[in-house]
Amino acid sequence: MIPEIGTFALIVALLLALIQGVLPLAGAQRGRVAWMAVARPAAWGQFSFTLIAYGCLVQAFLSNDFTVINVASNSYSELPAFYRVTATWGSHEGSLLFWSLILAGWTVAVAAFSRALPLEMVSRVLGVLGLISVGFLSLLLLTSSPFLRQFPGPAEGSDLNPLLQDWGMIIHPPMLYMGYVGFAVAFAFAVAALLSGRLDAAWARWSRPWTTVAWAFLTFGIALGSWWAYRELGWGGWWFWDPVENASFMPWLAGTALMHSLAVAEKRGAFKAWTVLLALLTFSLSLLGTFLVRSGVLSSVHAFAVDPERGAYILGFMVVVVGGSLALFAWRAPRMIAGGSFTWFSRESLLLANNVVLMASVAAVLLGTLYPLFIDALGLGKLSVGPPYFNAVFVPLITPALFLMGVGALARWKGDSLPDMAVRLRWALGVAVATGLLLPLTLDGYEPWAVLGLGAATWIALTVLIAFRERVKSLRQLASLPRAFWGMHLAHLGMAVGVAGITLVVNYEKELDVRMNVGDQVQMAGYTLTFMGVEQYQGPNFSGTRGSVVVKEDGDQQFVLRPEKRIYDASGSVMTEAAVRPSAFSDLYVSLGEPLNNELTTWAVRLYHKPFINWLWLGALLMVAGGLLAAFDRRYRLATRERAAAAATAAQGA
Amino acid sequence: MKPRHARLALIALALAALAGATALVLNAFQSNLVFFFSPSDVHQGKAPADRVFRIGGLVQEGSVQRQPDGLTTRFVVTDTARVIPAVYTGILPDLFAEGKGVVADGRLGSDGLFRAERVLAKHDENYMPPEAAHALEKAKEAGKTLKPSY
Repeated sequence: MIPEIGTFALIVALLLALIQGVLPLAGAQRGRVAWMAVARPAAWGQFSFTLIAYGCLVQAFLSNDFTVINVASNSYSELPAFYRVTATWGSHEGSLLFWSLILAGWTVAVAAFSRALPLEMVSRVLGVLGLISVGFLSLLLLTSSPFLRQFPGPAEGSDLNPLLQDWGMIIHPPMLYMGYVGFAVAFAFAVAALLSGRLDAAWARWSRPWTTVAWAFLTFGIALGSWWAYRELGWGGWWFWDPVENASFMPWLAGTALMHSLAVAEKRGAFKAWTVLLALLTFSLSLLGTFLVRSGVLSSVHAFAVDPERGAYILGFMVVVVGGSLALFAWRAPRMIAGGSFTWFSRESLLLANNVVLMASVAAVLLGTLYPLFIDALGLGKLSVGPPYFNAVFVPLITPALFLMGVGALARWKGDSLPDMAVRLRWALGVAVATGLLLPLTLDGYEPWAVLGLGAATWIALTVLIAFRERVKSLRQLASLPRAFWGMHLAHLGMAVGVAGITLVVNYEKELDVRMNVGDQVQMAGYTLTFMGVEQYQGPNFSGTRGSVVVKEDGDQQFVLRPEKRIYDASGSVMTEAAVRPSAFSDLYVSLGEPLNNELTTWAVRLYHKPFINWLWLGALLMVAGGLLAAFDRRYRLATRERAAAAATAAQGA
Repeated sequence: MKPRHARLALIALALAALAGATALVLNAFQSNLVFFFSPSDVHQGKAPADRVFRIGGLVQEGSVQRQPDGLTTRFVVTDTARVIPAVYTGILPDLFAEGKGVVADGRLGSDGLFRAERVLAKHDENYMPPEAAHALEKAKEAGKTLKPSY
């Protein structure tokens, strides 16, 4: 009964989304206030019913209703309740419903926080969001319903994919979706601006915080996925340039460019048409990511559904959205007025360089990700593009951006002087170059890439310091700096920390695959590791083999690492749980490979020493914090209050 | 210098940078393309002798042999029509097993032995990498099988 209520709720949500999509847009076009006013209530209605549908799915999982095919394929009666709830987004159908829920959530957030916007704009934005919801809800209902039943239901489910039975993996999709879907808001604002034919600084001001928050979530989601892969896959890797990873990275790169471009559009009114195009592109890349993951065209550890029908539907949806928005852009953009001018050395020009570099990176990653699909679609064979391509291309492309990051954050708007800047930054440049050249001497081997990476990281950190030093004369003044200032520099600092971490771990990590008998010892990076054998134990829905490795550091400090291998009861899948000993400066990582004899006393063991790897995740967290700080800068609230007051008096006067 | 000259210089610089970036990308691209061949393709000599390529199919039943050093494994990749012997040194992914799909990147030696550099992990036991499935399909269509199909 409950699953049927879920389906019914989805149908109602679809109808409401249709109303939300069509009436307000028509109303804005024709100036009919009554139609435009439908937008907010319709959005709330759509959200409520999508939430009801989602609740029905949760209930089906919690009650182990195996007559629901989705529950039977993704759950197990012994699966802990927490994972049964999160399994709702562990499958294609469930995650699409979750996507729709998040889209509806962002929509009502826009509906709620847009009191100060003119009704015409709000109705257009909500209308566009409604149309996108129509696309996803109809995809759900027509091809991917999570509520399909089977009678009689099986006695037991096939269990949630063990890779997903990890809390890091569980939060990763929601955070990613908050990011992807959040870019739909920027997209909706852009389309609304194009439809109205008016592109003023207000549009940029409105789009900016929404885009920044979406970006922060996407950053967090990508970092979580990377962290999870590091801990769970047993291979010590944290980024594989897997097509699905690229599918999330490209919207992130474009979103970063968009965030920076919006700064120029808001502050100086320049780059407006480009920013609109970028908003369209960023969401298009989000949709592309959705397509890639779900269409079965990819051979990847991430690939979801292997269903050409769904793939074709999403592809069709994408063509409509991307093609339609680009056509709208081509038609309307030329009418938009150009903004303020700037000299060749100014914050605007440096932000332009930022955009150029980021979009070049997107193009390079896109080429590597899509080329195999094109070749396959043309029947010319199956090939893949190896990770070395992405590394060889991405690193040189992003390096200029790292250097410019320091300069751009300090440059003045409209026009700055290069000699002046050189004076401001000369000692920072000197220290950065010196650090880059000298620091690797203290490390385990002199690596040229380490020179570059450490130099760039130091450079960015120093420019952040200089920015603060130039702005405040005493420590007490720090508290009065605007949040946007803190946010920007915190995020850039996060980038520096991340770059330092990546540079050090990639150039100085150590890996050993060894055969170990009980009692065998291995030396690595100043640690002595002794294998003590394994013991078997029973988990809630798996049987586990837990190894013990006693680790001694120089100085007699001793601890035990317990890597595991688990065999899940329902599916028979084998999972490796690596044992990681984290610290601020390195990780010691041990995972069990395979048993080499039947008595389970000899194992192939993989040992890693990963210096500074935690700086990667720390850097990402700093970026997320910076983004959120900047998005909640008081000037947005102030403008809101002023505009709300103005709108109220205008309404009274009219 | 005059603003116009400065702008031209900037544009020229940008174009040069763009050309450089494009050359870099295309070069890296060319040298990192990994083509896929089924065991039948390899048997017919379609696979390159001097670069890394990808092979896929099933791990033949009974073919997995662990070598005495503990970390090297020999196995045979089959698409039910042809077989290619392979060897890999390292820890194999959890779901590597006889009778299951496998996809590996590596080089073919002059002795006909495929030296795998990477063996791709699957994410659940029912998942067959598209390339491996493709190889099996092609072999079935060609009508040549070593075993009767069931």
